[in-house]
Amino acid sequence: MQSDRGIFSAEHIISLCDLPVGKSAVINSIQAEGMTRRRMMDLGLVPGTRVEALRISPAGDPKAYKIRGTVIAFRREEGSKILVNLKED
Amino acid sequence: MGLTHQSCGSGVNREIFQRGMVPGAAYVIALAGNPNTGKSTLFNALTGLNQHTGNWPGKTVLRAEGKFIFQGRVYNLIDLPGTYSLLAHSAEEQVARDYLCFGKPDATIVVVDATCLERNLNLVLQVLEITAKVVVCVNLMDEAKRKNIEINIESLSAELGVPVVAATAREGAGLAALQQAVAGIADGTVKTSPYIVKYDEAIEHCIRKLEPKLKELVGEQFNSRWLALRLLDGDETVIRSLKKWLAEGTRVRAAAGGEILA
Repeated sequence: MQSDRGIFSAEHIISLCDLPVGKSAVINSIQAEGMTRRRMMDLGLVPGTRVEALRISPAGDPKAYKIRGTVIAFRREEGSKILVNLKED
Repeated sequence: MGLTHQSCGSGVNREIFQRGMVPGAAYVIALAGNPNTGKSTLFNALTGLNQHTGNWPGKTVLRAEGKFIFQGRVYNLIDLPGTYSLLAHSAEEQVARDYLCFGKPDATIVVVDATCLERNLNLVLQVLEITAKVVVCVNLMDEAKRKNIEINIESLSAELGVPVVAATAREGAGLAALQQAVAGIADGTVKTSPYIVKYDEAIEHCIRKLEPKLKELVGEQFNSRWLALRLLDGDETVIRSLKKWLAEGTRVRAAAGGEILA
């Protein structure tokens, strides 16, 4: 598929918890509901926000992300409810 | 320092919303803000040694209360727990929210971090939804400068519709201007026109329907638009808090039980 981003780039949607350390992506949507959703949005996780996976804990969970100038950690449980657009190159 | 009966016992419950512990204190000023924005540094800078700390009931979150004197008037400063939001996910948020809505301070200082202003403005807008008597203090200006972040204080103030003061609490910079702004808000000589978030027409429609009924119940003492929004939210904590406050004002007691909880 050819797009204006070039032949080898494609954008696909993954869960935030699957974002590899060092990569950044843009929030697509938040699947969580109720208080968790509100909490996430209060922390600045709204669609269009750039998120970078910074670090991973020794056990592999939680992961630390940089969001709007602050480092915030999410467990897989929460991270799986946040969908991001990852631009591959 | 440990938790004593005095600091977390039933006495504290009564103390929370008493307007000022210093007899004859002129004004009560609340200090709100995100965690780690230098609220406590600002608190210490303003109050000097004139402070003591206390616990919010049953929680580990510290509350500090102190006073400062500015141009011959006494100001009682309440340091609220640091929160990202006032929509009551946690006890701290509920404490801060209830204080702002039901404690009715004469002015509220919202401390924001100049290095990540965007994140902090969420709370500012939420506070403005509750009360118009707000001064925004953009703190950590020195760190922002180091990071080459420039902040246009005037246009921020124009956008928000409330006074905005730049400060570096650590060095004591901007404190006089902050006190001046707070004094103006507290004694009513400075009028604000806060930026109010407008919601979808469907929600605004519901607010218009709910507001007059809420006004009948609570009069002008609480912010009826904000209460309407929380009721639409289905926020039970605010209903509990409201019930408690209405129960103390006997006039509206029966009506509250019938109308709001129906």
